[in-house]
Amino acid sequence: MALIELSGIERRFLLGDTTVNALNGLDLQIEAGQYVAVMGPSGSGKSTLLNLLGLLDRPNAGSYRLEGRDVTTLSPEEQATVRSRRIGFVFQSFHLVPRLTAAENIALPMMLAGIAPAERKQRVAQALTDFGLDKRADHRPDQLSGGQRQRVAIARATIMQPALILADEPTGNLDRHTGDEVVHLLEALNGQGVTLIVVTHDPALGARAGRQLVMEDGRLKHDSAHAPG
Amino acid sequence: MRLADTLRFARDAAAGYPVRTALSVLAMSIGVAAVVILTALGDGARRYVVGQFSSLGTNLVIVLPGRSGTGGFNPANAITSTPRDLTIDDAASLRRLPSVRRVAPLAVGTSEIAHGGKLREAMVAGSTAEFIPIRNFELAQGSPLPDEDWNRGSSVAIIGAKLRQEIFGTEPAVGQLVRVGDRRLRVIGVLKPLGQGLGMNTDELVIVPVSLAQAMFNSNTLFRILIEANSREAIPAARTQSLELLKQRHRGEEDVTVITQDAVLATFDKLLGALTLAVAGIAAISLAVAGILVMNVMLVAVTQRTGEIGLLKALGASADTIRLAFLAEAAMLSGVGALLGYLLGQLGAFALRQAFPVFPAYPPDWAVIAGLSTALATGLLFGVMPARQAARLDPVLALMKH
Ligand SMILES: Nc1ncnc2c1ncn2[C@@H]1O[C@H](COP(=O)(O)OP(=O)(O)OP(=O)(O)O)[C@@H](O)[C@H]1O
Ligand SMILES: [Mg+2]
Repeated sequence: MALIELSGIERRFLLGDTTVNALNGLDLQIEAGQYVAVMGPSGSGKSTLLNLLGLLDRPNAGSYRLEGRDVTTLSPEEQATVRSRRIGFVFQSFHLVPRLTAAENIALPMMLAGIAPAERKQRVAQALTDFGLDKRADHRPDQLSGGQRQRVAIARATIMQPALILADEPTGNLDRHTGDEVVHLLEALNGQGVTLIVVTHDPALGARAGRQLVMEDGRLKHDSAHAPG
Repeated sequence: MRLADTLRFARDAAAGYPVRTALSVLAMSIGVAAVVILTALGDGARRYVVGQFSSLGTNLVIVLPGRSGTGGFNPANAITSTPRDLTIDDAASLRRLPSVRRVAPLAVGTSEIAHGGKLREAMVAGSTAEFIPIRNFELAQGSPLPDEDWNRGSSVAIIGAKLRQEIFGTEPAVGQLVRVGDRRLRVIGVLKPLGQGLGMNTDELVIVPVSLAQAMFNSNTLFRILIEANSREAIPAARTQSLELLKQRHRGEEDVTVITQDAVLATFDKLLGALTLAVAGIAAISLAVAGILVMNVMLVAVTQRTGEIGLLKALGASADTIRLAFLAEAAMLSGVGALLGYLLGQLGAFALRQAFPVFPAYPPDWAVIAGLSTALATGLLFGVMPARQAARLDPVLALMKH
């Protein structure tokens, strides 16, 4: 059984009187533990796909099975639970809460999930060590470098031990060197069995993934898994 | 999310926007402070008046000459239309009643008091030895009026503290002779200073035996008869019995009015209580305004924190969690505001009491409770709409706003 099974996914947006087909009859299967890079020109539907996979958005048509379960028919509350337990997001612009410290940002998903403070503290301490942020625990985002911020974001995305990490251009706001660091972190997580889907404009980064998807006009133009030859 | 976490999160969020938070807390606190201070004023007025009436004496029943109110047609009145005088003997007869402890007849007029070349206008109260205890007056020096035949008054007087000061200065007053009207009277006592009371200023009063006063003012009628009932429970009995007795003595004619302090008190109490309530209602309007302000502040907060709300949803927050967090923030703003307003209000009431010590400006408990709970309720009520709006936000759109 594949981790992700999409079939016949349609996502349309109404812009004035024109309809944009952001996703257009998409069929896709991703196995657990895979490392997938999603590429393609701007506006081809990469972010829309990622939002859909992360249950932040619903398709207009088609079905999405996550770990064998049809998740498009779940209630918003159930979807929130799935997001909380199974999915971690990493964004291009980090999306840290500015008034919270690094440690508090990392603990945020656990706090939302109602995990006891004692366990939160222990897991955050572990994460801070794992991501080399020990000395930054009490710093607010504006006191951190871009690379540190993204590391906090990755620590936050993994703190609930999700099965799936969705990263939308995670290195887009970072220089080459720190970007590489962040990619290595994500790849290490993938090495521990977490399924990793990364949207990127960087061909070199995309080439590192085990599987490359190229999108165009809401369709899959190329999938290295089914590539001829 | 755990309750403690929700509260902490809301607190930190509120603290993250200090100006906005301070403004809504201020608005709410002004509203609550207004309720506390205004009701303290209203209730203070009520207490002041009630206190003044109580200081007239305890368990007081007062007889006035003449019939008041709508008595309907009375055949006796039709024959003799002028009411009979209220006499010293009338007053004396009331002493026999079982429900009555003390009786003091009262005749009043103004006259001048003179001594050693100093002359002053003064209020003269003609009464008996019982007058001072019935009215809860106290003597600073000397002795009370002699306990003698009410119709044969000795030539003595008790004077108020201010009169003593103005006429005798530092000299001793007791034992001196003063001229009151055309009489020479010996001062036998001086009243303790009391200040302005209801009705008469005792500090400028001259108390003389009642028969003397009547002779001075050339009248046979009394101004009032003051009766002290045996107890609070005996007041109604004292009232009906004295009314009955006087009617008998006046050949079946009900030509006097008997009022009880209780009845007057109750009327004022009700009147001023209603006034306090009205004032509290007006002050509560400012609470509603504060509630609307909190709503606006929270609506702004939702717009300002759209990105954050999107993020929270992406991190697995349910709509309920987000609703609760925003509601908690609104409750906190109004709660802290209400508490601050309560303190401010109590401080204001305290300042009022310091400035006007005779005025008991204490906010009534019901007003404090109502004010605080109205503040919390409006804060929550007006917090619901922004909270729902936050919970409904589309996470994808919200995230794009970061
Ligand atoms: N909320 C929306 N409302 C209207 N149109 C939208 C919305 N979100 C996406 N679109 C449209 O859907 C198409 C796909 O958008 P998407 O953001 O998925 O592109 P993308 O591949 O992520 O592009 P980029 O590389 O620039 O991030 C675009 O044409 C975009 O204008
Ligand atoms: Mg995109």
